[in-house]
Amino acid sequence: MADAIELSINGKMHRLRVSPDTPLLYVLRNDLELNGAKFGCGLAQCGACTVLVEGDAVRSCSYPVAAAQGRPIITIEGLGSVDRPHPVQRAFIAEQAAQCGYCINGMVMAATALLQRNPNPDHAAIRQALAGNLCRCGTHARILRAVARAALEMAP
Amino acid sequence: MTGLALTRRRFGQAIALTIAFSMAPRVGAAEAAKLPGSLEGNRMLDAWLRVNPDGTVTLFTGKVELGQGILTALRQIAADELDVAPSRIRIVSGDTAQTPDEGFTAGSQSIEHGGIAVRYACAEARGILVKLAAAKLHGAPDELTVEDGTIAARDGKSLTYWALSAEAQLRREATASVMPKPPERLRYVGKSAPRLDIPAKVTGRASFVQDIRLPGMLFGRVLRPPTYGAELVSFDDARVRRAVGVVAVVRDGRFLGVVAGREEQAIAARDELARAATWRDETALPASADIYSYLKSLPAEDHVISDKGGDTPPPAALSSHAATYTRPYTAHASIGPSCAVAQFKDGLLTVWTHTQGVFPLRRDLAKALDMDVAKIRCIHVQGSGCYGHNGADDVALDAALLARGSGGRPVKVQWMRDDEFGWEPNGPAMIVELRASLGAGGAILDWTHDVWTNTHSTRPQQDGCNLLASWHLAQPKAPGKPAIIPQPAGGGDRNAIPLYDLPRQRVTHHFIRQMPIRVSALRALGAYANIFAIESFMDELAKAARVDPVEFRMRHLNDERAIAAIKAAATYAGWQPGVPGGTGKGRGFAFAKYKNLSAYLAVVVDVEIERRSGQARVTKAMAAIDAGQVINPDGLINQTEGGIIQAASWTLKEQVRFDAERITSRDWSGYPIITFPEVPDIKVTVLDRPGERPLGAGEAAQGPTAAAIGNAIAHATGTRFRDLPLTADRIKRVFG
Repeated sequence: MADAIELSINGKMHRLRVSPDTPLLYVLRNDLELNGAKFGCGLAQCGACTVLVEGDAVRSCSYPVAAAQGRPIITIEGLGSVDRPHPVQRAFIAEQAAQCGYCINGMVMAATALLQRNPNPDHAAIRQALAGNLCRCGTHARILRAVARAALEMAP
Repeated sequence: MTGLALTRRRFGQAIALTIAFSMAPRVGAAEAAKLPGSLEGNRMLDAWLRVNPDGTVTLFTGKVELGQGILTALRQIAADELDVAPSRIRIVSGDTAQTPDEGFTAGSQSIEHGGIAVRYACAEARGILVKLAAAKLHGAPDELTVEDGTIAARDGKSLTYWALSAEAQLRREATASVMPKPPERLRYVGKSAPRLDIPAKVTGRASFVQDIRLPGMLFGRVLRPPTYGAELVSFDDARVRRAVGVVAVVRDGRFLGVVAGREEQAIAARDELARAATWRDETALPASADIYSYLKSLPAEDHVISDKGGDTPPPAALSSHAATYTRPYTAHASIGPSCAVAQFKDGLLTVWTHTQGVFPLRRDLAKALDMDVAKIRCIHVQGSGCYGHNGADDVALDAALLARGSGGRPVKVQWMRDDEFGWEPNGPAMIVELRASLGAGGAILDWTHDVWTNTHSTRPQQDGCNLLASWHLAQPKAPGKPAIIPQPAGGGDRNAIPLYDLPRQRVTHHFIRQMPIRVSALRALGAYANIFAIESFMDELAKAARVDPVEFRMRHLNDERAIAAIKAAATYAGWQPGVPGGTGKGRGFAFAKYKNLSAYLAVVVDVEIERRSGQARVTKAMAAIDAGQVINPDGLINQTEGGIIQAASWTLKEQVRFDAERITSRDWSGYPIITFPEVPDIKVTVLDRPGERPLGAGEAAQGPTAAAIGNAIAHATGTRFRDLPLTADRIKRVFG
């Protein structure tokens, strides 16, 4: 086992002894007990594992921890909580934008990344920003409404 | 949401509860009257609810949350019948040690069967509590009022359910003699209630079986044979044992699995398993290109499920029409691969599972593991949406087999993406042939429907063992015999009998036992393709008769609710007869009553064809649904929107690919589904009928959506496409 890896996750530093090629997803889920990011495909195809690395939406299933060192990581738990939800999370609750909810971590994180770089996205921009995130229940229409609502709420 | 049994301590408490609780046998069942819904098979009131001294009610349901919002809806029903605030109600669902056996959560039946049982059980429990209070308060029961669990007499004296909980005798057989409330007295049912589980899911709280962590838990992965029939020729397990972190290697026949301390180690060790195993397969899959003629060439049992008017000679027809429609194998394609956690302890096996039926799963686990069912407990915990019988049951056995080889430590197994696509039971391929003749004024004189398909359920059942790994063991189990799901619900022949009033009709289900590709229940079962065929053909006949397709449908219907749903959708969408077609833009209509006995749904869709590529895009979908009394309107709309989008994905894009050896759709690039830029704008209008009984609605949209898309594409291109999926390649060949 290699030297300890240092990760900044949701504003806290963590030192972990894991192999540097370990995908970030397993460290988040199994070492840090963060549930939000999900295993969907392990191939960076579906987006269920999305987290923010330096503000960019990345696929943690295919992102080695070594690459994440020195870069602040935000997971869905770092956005907000049931009692104090982030505006994006609040919008998803308000629009009831989930069915099974397995993909919803990726939707929330991709939407958050979008709104950070483009606070006023039009409908086409929202669809495009989520184009790589798969949902099987068919909750797309509600998710689109939730992102549009979050954009309105977060507008300065 | 219901709590996850995540810790040993809480798990222990749950066991203690069950000792105090009896799943009592039916007493005097021979004389007992038939009880409503799932009460019939679970007749004790205390199997359904318990009133607690701490001011809460515990509701027990055998139905489980699959992302369809059932627990939220059941809580609304219970709150109304009990007269308590919904927030007081805790729900325990799908636990073989605690809840009633309601079979599978499937077929849009949870409200129809489970909801009605909860409704009657809670109404009766309320009656018992009020009667008890009446004796103590010296009033007549019908003079007492109940507000949030407080029973008050006219003189102002009151007692609470919680104070009466010790005395209230719910360990008795239900009688269904207390009538549930009429619609005008309902406070929660009929109003949109936010889903209980969504706040946790959007903030990353533990919600899924994938999120379970038990002390000392290990991670397992399985390696399936490369093909359905491959035999393991040699296996070098020493090589796998040397891999980093490996705790156990399990081989039983051609079942292979590995258990490791860390999840990524288990995944890496699975690659070692693949390198360590040599396989041989001498069987072959049928040619993919000829799958429909191959299926039709197999022996079939013919069941005539409807035969009307055949005893009179056929009337003279003005024209005769025939068409054949096909539907390919379709994957459930859950976003999260199937997952389970299993632990053996003191001779008992506990499995945390996202199965649709904890009791049937337990039965099959007992068969596969040669154990007594009483030594197995299955606890439902949510998983990724399943849309029918996916790998959920199979992975439960995988976890149990790996836990059995891991010395008492719990093991979590999640399938890899290729396990899910390669081994899940797919929605069966279907061939539907329709023939009809038209008479004067466009009347349908004669109608025949022939459908060829496999069984539409290979779920765990009474005979055989239907868990994948059990067929691969050194002492393999035999799968259950493929069975027909009888009418009126039907399986492959679901919705094959048209709802239209036709003087002469003959509907035949050609049931094929041999299954070249593993298949089972996929949302809507045969209704998807039967409705696609019937509703496409209705448009074809309307065109031949030169009648507007909406008008044509109504002329052949007497069911007033069907007509109302059709009119509602047409009005909602601003349907105009006679809009010229062939322009690359089109509008289509379709309708069905799911299973001919559940919700009515009519839908209008707009499509645009991109001429360069042939790609059809559904731009809008506007639907009207009548599901009788609506419990949670927003929940119903959410399910309907989801059904429309999922059906659009099936219809435009989806087909499981295979070659002579194996399934070749193994990831999302090999099995594309609809994406955000492609989904339509959707509007759903609900025809609420509070005075009617609730009708199952979760699968109402799939068939009509498929046909409406087909009809819209026919309108846009001037060409009828009858082979699903309606891909760009197929459209471009004739329209570009």
